[in-house]
Amino acid sequence: MNDLVLIRQNLRRQKLRSALMAVSILIAFAIFGVLVGFERSMNAREQAAAADRLVVVNKINFTQPLPIAHYSRVRAIEGVRQATHLSWFGGYYQEPKNTLIVTAVEPETYLEVYANDYDLRPDARAAFVRERTAALVGETMAEKWGWKAGDRIPVSSDIYVQKNGSRAWDVTIAGIVRGRTPHIGTNFMVLHYAYFDETRLFGKDTIGWIALNTVSPSVNDRLAKTIDRMFANSANETATDSEKAFNRAFGAQLGNISLVVVLIIGAAFATILMIVGNTMVMAVRERTREIGVLKTLGFSRVRILRLILGESLMLALLGGLPGLGLAALTAVSLRMSSSSLFSALVLTPDIALTAVVLMFAFGLVTGLAPALSAFRLKIVTSLGRS
Amino acid sequence: MPDNTLVRLIDVCKRFNKGSETITIFDRLELSIPAGDFVAVMGPSGSGKTTLLNLLGGIDRADSGEIHIGGIRVDALSESALTRWRGAHVGFIFQFYNLMPMLTAAQNIELPLLTRPGKDRRRHVETALKVVELADRKKHYPREMSGGQQQRVAIARAIVSNPDLLLCDEPTGDLDRATADEILSVLRLLNRDLGKTIVMVTHDAAAARHARRTLHLDKGRFIERDLAA
Ligand SMILES: Nc1ncnc2c1ncn2[C@@H]1O[C@H](COP(=O)(O)OP(=O)(O)OP(=O)(O)O)[C@@H](O)[C@H]1O
Ligand SMILES: [Mg+2]
Repeated sequence: MNDLVLIRQNLRRQKLRSALMAVSILIAFAIFGVLVGFERSMNAREQAAAADRLVVVNKINFTQPLPIAHYSRVRAIEGVRQATHLSWFGGYYQEPKNTLIVTAVEPETYLEVYANDYDLRPDARAAFVRERTAALVGETMAEKWGWKAGDRIPVSSDIYVQKNGSRAWDVTIAGIVRGRTPHIGTNFMVLHYAYFDETRLFGKDTIGWIALNTVSPSVNDRLAKTIDRMFANSANETATDSEKAFNRAFGAQLGNISLVVVLIIGAAFATILMIVGNTMVMAVRERTREIGVLKTLGFSRVRILRLILGESLMLALLGGLPGLGLAALTAVSLRMSSSSLFSALVLTPDIALTAVVLMFAFGLVTGLAPALSAFRLKIVTSLGRS
Repeated sequence: MPDNTLVRLIDVCKRFNKGSETITIFDRLELSIPAGDFVAVMGPSGSGKTTLLNLLGGIDRADSGEIHIGGIRVDALSESALTRWRGAHVGFIFQFYNLMPMLTAAQNIELPLLTRPGKDRRRHVETALKVVELADRKKHYPREMSGGQQQRVAIARAIVSNPDLLLCDEPTGDLDRATADEILSVLRLLNRDLGKTIVMVTHDAAAARHARRTLHLDKGRFIERDLAA
């Protein structure tokens, strides 16, 4: 027998009580892991945005298309290093509930503009550019559906139909795309604009938006104004913004995420701290007599202190570690879900490390009061007058 | 101090504060117990019997005077030194056993051994279990044992670290006559065969007869009667 056995046996004496405390700690840490991961991914989305990238959308609304003629005019402007255009496909797989994030792109220019964001094997790259019905699939999407290079997949659109009446476009997966950092989401598919545009029944010669890299971030503002002025008073006016601002606006739709996250986590932890702290005080008070006996048997005050802190620490880890595991699983399933909101949600090692540090702090804080009173307890008082 | 004196109290004073008034339990108490003795302490309720055991075992402190046990001035030890000394030299047996409910008999007995380095813990536990004739109950929890069996476990726990002095506070107070006699025989065996010095507080004259002599505590003083004579 050693102190660990004593601690374990103390936790076991009221199994239901210990289990309830562990579960509440588990929930708190699961909330912590998911929300902090989410907050980080939203901030990282803004941070990860290339500083020299501009996005040109229809001024009315970014869901409104632009004529493809805009694209060649934008490319010709001085200060534009590379440009590409993208079109929202509105995809799903087999059934409408299996939403797929699919965009139709111009392969060569797309790969140039996003070269710093994604990793792709040279042979996959070549295959994608060469084959008209080829598609690239992000790692997360490929994992979710179990797809691999060479698979032939029908992707349906809930917006467009083909001239032949079909809603499904057959594509062959040319390769899998990996994000260069964990916060670059890869739950998406891109296919050839040419294939899409020639076969669709309506909407021909329109594009969704234009993405471009400038020669330097310092020309961003001037260039954005130039582009928007060029199309002013035309049938399709544009709004040009940096990708950073674009992403920030996306996040801002959700409000002040960091503040909300801090408030929720703070509330969860304050509640659990009080419940577990109070329960520990009661649990130790019930053992007053036994603590007196241990001291009588020669257990030092420091040893008693350690036993109780060890108990609250073990409880925190028993609840916290599975909670962290649950958070990791939740993060994976949210990332795989079709919502682009969670596409970059990951439980990074530093979040996990922070959580573990927090577990230790939690254990020490909840055990401190009872441990100190047990430390100070006089044997004569504890043995009482029975 | 004669060579074979194990316990010696000199001029010990002990007072308690109850609210605003101070009550004096012992005023210049003197006591001497030779090694190997088995002393029963009797006296009316509130006469200070438990307080005396607490002072001898170093779980309470005297206000003045000297307490020598086995050549050590216990009252001069620091808190941590006292704790260590107690673990090594004194065994306590209480009226209500005071076993840890979540530990088995063997684990309860092992507890005092956890406070100091040393191998062979298992063997010491086995030996103690044999002395109290409970070898077949070592995996049992306190709630699975009778009062008499629990008290035997408590005795085994008190002797497992091989202390010189056993302090028993009404060890049979909660037991019926027959079970009490069994426990008292165990104590007598510990005294006679293993040479343990025992101080036993009791209200029961029949229990006191198992001791070598009885001290009567009244109004903070001893009146000795030698019942063996
Ligand atoms: N911690 C304490 N604070 C205040 N008074 C105390 C304390 N401990 C003991 N006393 C008082 O000291 C006196 C002696 O107590 P003690 O427990 O030693 O008596 P006792 O002889 O063991 O009695 P009993 O036979 O009932 O167990 C009592 O009057 C008791 O009220
Ligand atoms: Mg008493």
